Amino acid sequence: MAKIRGDVKIDIEQCKGCELCVVACPQEALALSKEINKQGYHYAVLIEDVCTGCTNCSLVCPDAVITVYREDKKTGQKIPVAELRNVTGDIKITVGADEDAEG
Amino acid sequence: MGELRLMKGNEAMAEAAIRAGMDAYFGYPITPQSEVLEYLTREAYNRTQCAILQAESEVASINMVYGAAGAGARVMTSSSSPGISLMQEGISYIAGAELPCLLVNINRGGPGLGTIQPSQGDYFQSVKGGGHGDYRLIVLAPATVQEMADFVQDGWDLADKYRNPVLILADGALGQMMEKVELREQLDRSKRPIPAWATTGKTRNREHNVITSLFIQPEEMEQVNLRLQEKYKLIEQNEIRVQEINTDDADFIIVAYGLSARIGRKVMELLRGEGHKVGLIRPITLWPYPSETIAKAAEHVKGFLSLEMNAGQMVEDVRLAVNGRCPVGHYGRMGGIIPSPEEVVDVIKDMYSKINH
Amino acid sequence: MEKSIQEIEHHYDEMNIVCERPATLLDARMHYCPGCGHGVAHRIIMEVVDELGIQEQTVGVAPVGCSVFAYHYMNIDMQEAAHGRATAVATGIKRCYPDKYVFTYQGDGDLAAIGTAETIHSVNRGENMLIVFINNAIYGMTGGQMAPTTLINQKTSTTPYGRQQEVMGNPLKITEMLAMLPGAFYVTRQAVNTPVNVRRAKKAILNGFNWQKLNKGTCFVEIVSNCPTNWGMKPVESNKWLEENLLPFFPLGDIKVPSKEDIEHA
Repeated sequence: MAKIRGDVKIDIEQCKGCELCVVACPQEALALSKEINKQGYHYAVLIEDVCTGCTNCSLVCPDAVITVYREDKKTGQKIPVAELRNVTGDIKITVGADEDAEG
Repeated sequence: MGELRLMKGNEAMAEAAIRAGMDAYFGYPITPQSEVLEYLTREAYNRTQCAILQAESEVASINMVYGAAGAGARVMTSSSSPGISLMQEGISYIAGAELPCLLVNINRGGPGLGTIQPSQGDYFQSVKGGGHGDYRLIVLAPATVQEMADFVQDGWDLADKYRNPVLILADGALGQMMEKVELREQLDRSKRPIPAWATTGKTRNREHNVITSLFIQPEEMEQVNLRLQEKYKLIEQNEIRVQEINTDDADFIIVAYGLSARIGRKVMELLRGEGHKVGLIRPITLWPYPSETIAKAAEHVKGFLSLEMNAGQMVEDVRLAVNGRCPVGHYGRMGGIIPSPEEVVDVIKDMYSKINH
Repeated sequence: MEKSIQEIEHHYDEMNIVCERPATLLDARMHYCPGCGHGVAHRIIMEVVDELGIQEQTVGVAPVGCSVFAYHYMNIDMQEAAHGRATAVATGIKRCYPDKYVFTYQGDGDLAAIGTAETIHSVNRGENMLIVFINNAIYGMTGGQMAPTTLINQKTSTTPYGRQQEVMGNPLKITEMLAMLPGAFYVTRQAVNTPVNVRRAKKAILNGFNWQKLNKGTCFVEIVSNCPTNWGMKPVESNKWLEENLLPFFPLGDIKVPSKEDIEHA
């Protein structure tokens, strides 16, 4: 059976970097960013395209900033790495907690 | 003419509450006002299906009142002095959250557990605060069983008009004495509109309603206070009630409220019989206080006596109103003793002799 | 790897949302410390309100404590209550509106110390409401003082050498106490430290709301939670401490459950 593909969208400006989602993720797909958001927190980001849409991260998130998606089987769309929502102009979108995770 | 009945003050108040369309009553037994809860548990639900609950304490009662008032209900509680002391935190919250409700204090003697006999020792607590923060209660002081009944509906109407708690301050004698009372018509509970700010469930066409007295930003808290003070000014302009008897030609005035005013009236009659031109000012609202009436009288009288069943509380407000224009005396008995007219007559004659000397 | 917002949004359009911020949770940043369980508890309550479609019939009461500002986040009618008096305030509401869904959201100091009398008597009367009790064994808002549920030897700012039984008494299992009362319809203890526990806690909250309409008594859901700031730990560590220390003393699970006949009409 083909692996279920999922994705997450994280509201990085509301994220407080508590890291609970990082340890809750069974795929180890999440990490904290190097950058800080406007609140001054290292926010959660998806670093690996291995999300299964299990929703664990979202369940334990105290700030309800994670939206979890699961692939629509009809379209079979290849899933890019998750990004963020509520992005305002000047924030640089960087994925991954370290250099290696990028690209 | 409405229905006439011979009733105890406490029972007249309870009956008036049912007729005024009360939605809920929460209270705790305490002498000398337990008849209110007893009467309501016996009568109210059967007639209007309102909520009547004997709470576990006065603290719980007043917070149940907060909840019901916040949900837009016509709600009341009643107690006596120690119980009212217990409620003060909740009353402050109710004033802060601007919730309309009716409170009743059937004043007994204190301090502490004190006595179950009548007293007016809670004047300060009622009109100067009681709880924490800058707030005011509208305080109505009945002197008859008829007024005990009438002030229930009047009190709720005032509370609704200003979104402010209203206190009926009576005493153990008024609560227990029986008099003829004319009762008003039964109001239909379902016809009273629920205010738009009440927490009755957020509907799609409005923002969620929040009942709170918490404003943690100093600027916001100050604005709330300023708004409250504006409201209190408006109440002072519009809602003062006072009864004046024989003040036009008076050269001496007794100031007394509630039960003391009944004694004061007798004292006035006795002294008038002896040729003394004594008048009576009876504040009906203790807050807002009829300072203007007293100030005006101070321009043509030689002296005042504040007659109270306490060690001298309202006399401070009389002195403020008189503002040094003439002597202001105080006479009071404490511990549940009601002064006799004769002893007050002697006090006033004594004052007369000093003034004329 | 940078993408345009349009590309990203397009991508999401093609997938199904399986978990998101509930619509009744207002889009405000919560004031809670990073990792605090209050946020999860708020969210699951609002998810249940969403799922049951009862926003218009629900009134919440949040008293003094860290959650005093719950009304900034929950898009339902709410009342803020005096410290300890939430169940009395909720009683006032529910007695006037027996058809509304009424819940309180209280901390351990509020429910099990200053408000013990109101809590016990409300449950004993079987008020048809849901009481959500957040137990993190410490006073959060006032800066980490001892709570009635603080464990023996647990350090707080008022038990700097650890809670001593001889001086400060024992941690109070008020949930078990309340389960003894006939007015209690459903009593359970849950936690929000792991995904599976969050799911169970949400189910408990769902039951608590759902069973209100049976008018058979009080539903009481304790949620054992963390307080990373006042425990002096990182959020992840705090959840580990919770599991190793709090849960052995406050075991999770249902304490009193209604019979099948009781709930067959829910």
